Amino acid sequence: MPNESVEMHKRQELSPWKSIRVAVTGGTSGLGLALVRMLLDQGARVAFIARNRDRVERLMRERTDARGITGDVSQKGDTYSIAIQILGDLGGLDVLINNASSLGPVPLAPLADTNCEDFERALQTNVLGPFRLTKALLGALAASAREGRRPLVVNISSDAAISAYPNWGAYGASKAALHHLTGIWNAELASHGVQIISWDPGDMDTPLHAVAVPDADSTILRRPEDAARELVSKIADLILPVREAS
Amino acid sequence: MTPASVPMQRPTDARLLEVDSGGQIRGMLRSSFPTLLRSGDIVVANDAATLPASIFGVHKRTGRSVEVRLAGSESVFQEEVRQFSAVVFGEGNYRTPTERRPAPPELHPGDTLQLGTLTATVLELLGHPRFVLICFEGPSERIWEGLARHGHPIQYSHIPAPLAVWDTWTPIAGLPAAFEPPSAGFALDWRTLDAIHRRGVHFATITHAAGISSTGDVELDTRLPFDEPYRITESAARSIRLALAVGGRLIAIGTTVVRALEHAVSIHRLLKETTGVATNKIGPATELRVVDAILSGTHEPGTSHHKLLSAFVDQQTLAKMDEILQHHGYRSHEFGDSVFVEKSGDRAAGMELNVFGLRHRTATEGYMLQRSF
Repeated sequence: MPNESVEMHKRQELSPWKSIRVAVTGGTSGLGLALVRMLLDQGARVAFIARNRDRVERLMRERTDARGITGDVSQKGDTYSIAIQILGDLGGLDVLINNASSLGPVPLAPLADTNCEDFERALQTNVLGPFRLTKALLGALAASAREGRRPLVVNISSDAAISAYPNWGAYGASKAALHHLTGIWNAELASHGVQIISWDPGDMDTPLHAVAVPDADSTILRRPEDAARELVSKIADLILPVREAS
Repeated sequence: MTPASVPMQRPTDARLLEVDSGGQIRGMLRSSFPTLLRSGDIVVANDAATLPASIFGVHKRTGRSVEVRLAGSESVFQEEVRQFSAVVFGEGNYRTPTERRPAPPELHPGDTLQLGTLTATVLELLGHPRFVLICFEGPSERIWEGLARHGHPIQYSHIPAPLAVWDTWTPIAGLPAAFEPPSAGFALDWRTLDAIHRRGVHFATITHAAGISSTGDVELDTRLPFDEPYRITESAARSIRLALAVGGRLIAIGTTVVRALEHAVSIHRLLKETTGVATNKIGPATELRVVDAILSGTHEPGTSHHKLLSAFVDQQTLAKMDEILQHHGYRSHEFGDSVFVEKSGDRAAGMELNVFGLRHRTATEGYMLQRSF
């Protein structure tokens, strides 16, 4: 084993993340992929979900310590299949990261030119999918709280949830709904010990951004690895009782 | 009673028949359940999620169609997903009443069952031609995927429409470990949990792999309930000990909770973190050592679930309860109405001497109990 790997293995064994069970949707590209890799490096037990089986299997070959699940969170019928596999593979759940997102119409379009079907797809992926998966996993998250842990759901948001950007109607409206859903979930579940937050990673150099803004200057965009590092640190603040000095 | 034929977990008109510790019986809406609880009580529910434990496929040696219903496992943990006891049926599906289902082809150790993407080997027969121990091939994540994709909830003919997995998960369902729903927990939505919390009532969960309720074979049914693994976490055990120490009642949500808790105290003489396999059968001769009351479905006389209620009240009270349930048209089975049965006063009084230190009624003794654990 190369020295670097030995060091990482040692760090993982001592890590406060070692017993933390995390599920990441949209885990094979962009921010989701960076989160999966970083959480595994920290020593967490990670299941990731993505639609494309080939990409899921490719990532499982790269990271044999991850559990890959093929499924589409925008499909109601996939919800419990995904939930069973997450809970079966990890034996419970402490952190759910609802990261999978849909832009709606591609290329982006003014609302007046947006097809209902494209808007529906954005709502299914960005609002109803996270709602359904959270609901299906809520029993496990509440059980985690009763065992003295501090379970957390992170819904990946966007500044488009707050600001009214032309051409981002389907995406912005769906992310605004997710943002509000998050606040209501959090208020309702506080007494059960389950925290739910929104988090905006900023504009990143990801496949999704490249589709949305094909002519963007990628050099001024944030690297998904940097965003992932910030989020992992935030999650640690919220769920780990005592932070390790780094 | 009429079986509830629609898979609705919490119909607004769901009813509850209460039998209190004095043997008084009264009916109410089930949504009134929190009003039966007192500050200091502890409600304990089974948080097992229900596996899609019915899998269709082929018995490879004969090429005949089979339905395999997973019925038991060694542990509630995922590492044990490989090996299950199972009841095997021949052709057909849930629309045929279980007792009329054709037998499976003759099963032998070493036979292979192809169940969707899952391949299983029959390891041994468990004392009956259709009751076997099977082992799935492949890594555990593939087995979970196979179950999730090809499994269906175990279902019986009283519900015509096919069940979806979400029909079978209680609102608090967590670890997928049960083979049929711990259906008493259907009553516990999050609003109800908030309501009982506001009344000063504690809440804890255990995980118990509720087994199947019917095998379609009279002889095999006499062995029900099969052995069922369970887990009691340290935090749940501690919550229960503390509530009991200061005189709270333990309200079990469902028969599985009674079985697990009573099994655990019979083994360990006190409630502590436990993973075990419940082999006990509870009936009129059982002395309940921790559970004070049960919220359960309305069970038909002669079933093991009905027999369990006779540990709480005498036969005369039980017969009176059955008569009211029948006369007033309560709905039975997993999506039906409910009963709340409190251990009768004479049984509770007798038990105070026999509780292995769990039943201390004064605050001082309660404090000692807390310290002693």
